[in-house]
Amino acid sequence: MVDLEAGWREIPEGGLIVEAGNAVEYITGAWRAQRPVLDLEKCTHCLFCWIHCPDCSILVEEEKMKGFDLDHCKGCGICAQVCPVEAITMVKETE
Amino acid sequence: MGRYMALDGNSATAEAMRQINPDVLAAYPITPQTSIVQTFSEFVADGLVDTEFITVESEHSAMSACIGASAAGGRVMTATSSAGLAFMWEVLYVAASTRLPIVMPVVNRALSAPINIHCDHSDSMGARDAGWIQLFSENAQEAYDNTIQAVRIAEREEVRLPVMVMSDGFITSHAVERVEIEEDEAVKRFIGPFQPTYPLLDIDNPVTYGPLDFYDFYMEHKKQQAEAIKRAKEMVIEVGEEFGKTFGRPYGLLEGYRLEDAEVAVAVLSSTAGTARGVVDDLRGRGIKAGLLKPRCFRPFPSQEIVEALRDKAVVGVMDRSDSFGALGGPLFMEICAALQVQGVRTRVVDYIFGLGGRDTTPDQIESVFCDLLQIAETDKIERLVNWLGVREGKQEVVTAA
Amino acid sequence: MATALKLKELSKREERLAPGHRLCAGCAAPTIVRQVLLAIDEPVIVATATGCLEVSTTIYPYTAWRIPWIHNAFENAASTLSGIETMYRSLVKQGKMKERDIKFVAFGGDGGTYDIGIQALSGALERGHRLLYICYDNQAYMNTGIQRSGATPHGAWTTTSPAGKVIPGKPQYRKDLTAIVAAHGIPYVAQASPHRWRDLMQKVRKGVAAEGPAFIDVLSSCNRGWRHPTNMTMEVLRLAVDTCFWPLYEVERGEWKLTYRPKEKLPIEEFLKPQGRFRHLFKEENKHIIEELQAEVDRRWEALLKRTGKA
Repeated sequence: MVDLEAGWREIPEGGLIVEAGNAVEYITGAWRAQRPVLDLEKCTHCLFCWIHCPDCSILVEEEKMKGFDLDHCKGCGICAQVCPVEAITMVKETE
Repeated sequence: MGRYMALDGNSATAEAMRQINPDVLAAYPITPQTSIVQTFSEFVADGLVDTEFITVESEHSAMSACIGASAAGGRVMTATSSAGLAFMWEVLYVAASTRLPIVMPVVNRALSAPINIHCDHSDSMGARDAGWIQLFSENAQEAYDNTIQAVRIAEREEVRLPVMVMSDGFITSHAVERVEIEEDEAVKRFIGPFQPTYPLLDIDNPVTYGPLDFYDFYMEHKKQQAEAIKRAKEMVIEVGEEFGKTFGRPYGLLEGYRLEDAEVAVAVLSSTAGTARGVVDDLRGRGIKAGLLKPRCFRPFPSQEIVEALRDKAVVGVMDRSDSFGALGGPLFMEICAALQVQGVRTRVVDYIFGLGGRDTTPDQIESVFCDLLQIAETDKIERLVNWLGVREGKQEVVTAA
Repeated sequence: MATALKLKELSKREERLAPGHRLCAGCAAPTIVRQVLLAIDEPVIVATATGCLEVSTTIYPYTAWRIPWIHNAFENAASTLSGIETMYRSLVKQGKMKERDIKFVAFGGDGGTYDIGIQALSGALERGHRLLYICYDNQAYMNTGIQRSGATPHGAWTTTSPAGKVIPGKPQYRKDLTAIVAAHGIPYVAQASPHRWRDLMQKVRKGVAAEGPAFIDVLSSCNRGWRHPTNMTMEVLRLAVDTCFWPLYEVERGEWKLTYRPKEKLPIEEFLKPQGRFRHLFKEENKHIIEELQAEVDRRWEALLKRTGKA
């Protein structure tokens, strides 16, 4: 876990970050103004959304689209735009 | 047992580099450093070293490649001079801040403009705040010895900082001297194997080097760096002592010559200390209590040791082979003044800017400095705090405002 | 066996760039990074030039990188990576480390690649290091706030080529860096776009397999600088390719080859229209710039067709 109050004796020297990929702890989902919503009925699991997502926020399990990582999805809407069958729609976070 | 060889400073440095046998060397030719990389290229071409030599397209890339190679996890060297060092400026800071133990001989040369290929210290003094350890060498033997010691100092776990080893361009780099070269095996034993910390090449333990640091952590990283270079002082002493035990030539942070009972002293770096030594002997022969202080380590600056060495002197003349334009005086002068001041020592100090762009500095000129110092000691009056030694004033009468 | 370039297969691989990075919503750069890294089965070490990608993925004490990664400065990703690659070769040669077929990849924006980093890039290519350099080209200095670069197209608005009354956007044409790199005679050079992900990934595979340096120039939309809605990223990139503004091709050991040819070459307006950075060009007094742009696209496209033997 990242310690944001660590003193100079408690962090690795030279500015190194030794916990690879710890950015997952940082929640970018709060940036979102719109949220993607998946219509599983329409989804063909082509995974175009997955390969184009800038935020690794398309959850895929066993070759199937399972939904979104809303902790990190920034709501850009690329997934909805590239979806060939319009299975993803963007809705306002306020809705 | 070592063997004596007739070598110029650059060849002696190249010999040290051959014995160090770095895993990677990235360098670019520049006068007067060039013969180091030329000689080293021959070592590579003849298979005398295991080193992979990256023949970069600039000094900026030389230091950048050194940073990459060092972070990758091995022993890394380069060498440069003057504009080359200036071109590296940005990444010198990266090397030090990332705590990479790179060793770099710097053959001192003036900075442009006008362009000049001869010796002064403006290049390495310009880099004095980059976070590197800086060792100055008086002659070819010291250039050789310091290069070997630099590897040990840089790689100490308590330090992990890059080291610059200075020698005077042409004066030392191109003049042939008698140099004792130690046995390859003995040097190898002395420096020991490289111990990587967090190597990038350890792909099973991925590390991020060089992130973006904001106001929330940047100061903590700088504090670590400040502490590391402070600790380096002890390591310079330890390694210098051990070098003495191993090879018979001990080193410290500074060297005094007939300094203990001296009333007046000159402080000067590198090859000019050799000239000054002769002047001291000459003056001593005439009953004048003259002495010499030759700092070896400029970063970290050995303030306490310098204060102890100069505490009881009546007047000290600091000789600076570079100016710090617009400042009170040259870099060495300011450091010494500050060190004495904070210790409450009232030794009088005057500055002499000398030898810029390779201007010859003669024993007569150094004697004139001692004469000034003696006069100040007698009259207790400093007429000019910063003096330019050997500069032509011209025939025109100059009226200076009081 | 290499992972097949099929999305179902690729989706089983671990992502090497973690979410939680702070690139803007809709930025193409992280998609490009994901596609590049997913295409490579072998271990990878990455060097990144200063820029959006670098600052946003490694805000201390967080890093989005799950693989060894280094940032040195703006102009020296290529020389930094040459140091790493050389150290690898040195240690393997000396028996100090085991050979592991590590792939060395650099990412730089157009500023760090076309402009300030071109010297270090050219040096590294000439020396023949075995590395793959990926330029994510968003056609301006986006990290500092959308200033014009050598990659900015003619007529485009940026904060240092504003659409003024006298000078309406960037007066100069963009540098053809891909061709400049190809002139080095390195084993593999290509242009790609993430909306054609398989084409991009195939090029990455060829790049890392090359016996020497490889370079791929990848068009990367920045919706903040290009001025289009965040969801339009891939669509705008598609239009760049279908107008032949950004042809997809490769130069393999000196042989030029188109890897995609649009069925119908769309007029350049189609690429310009959705982007606010070109809005001023549609004013009556600036329409000649669109014509100039079209003429330049045509000239470069014809030249490319000649080089690829398709003219």
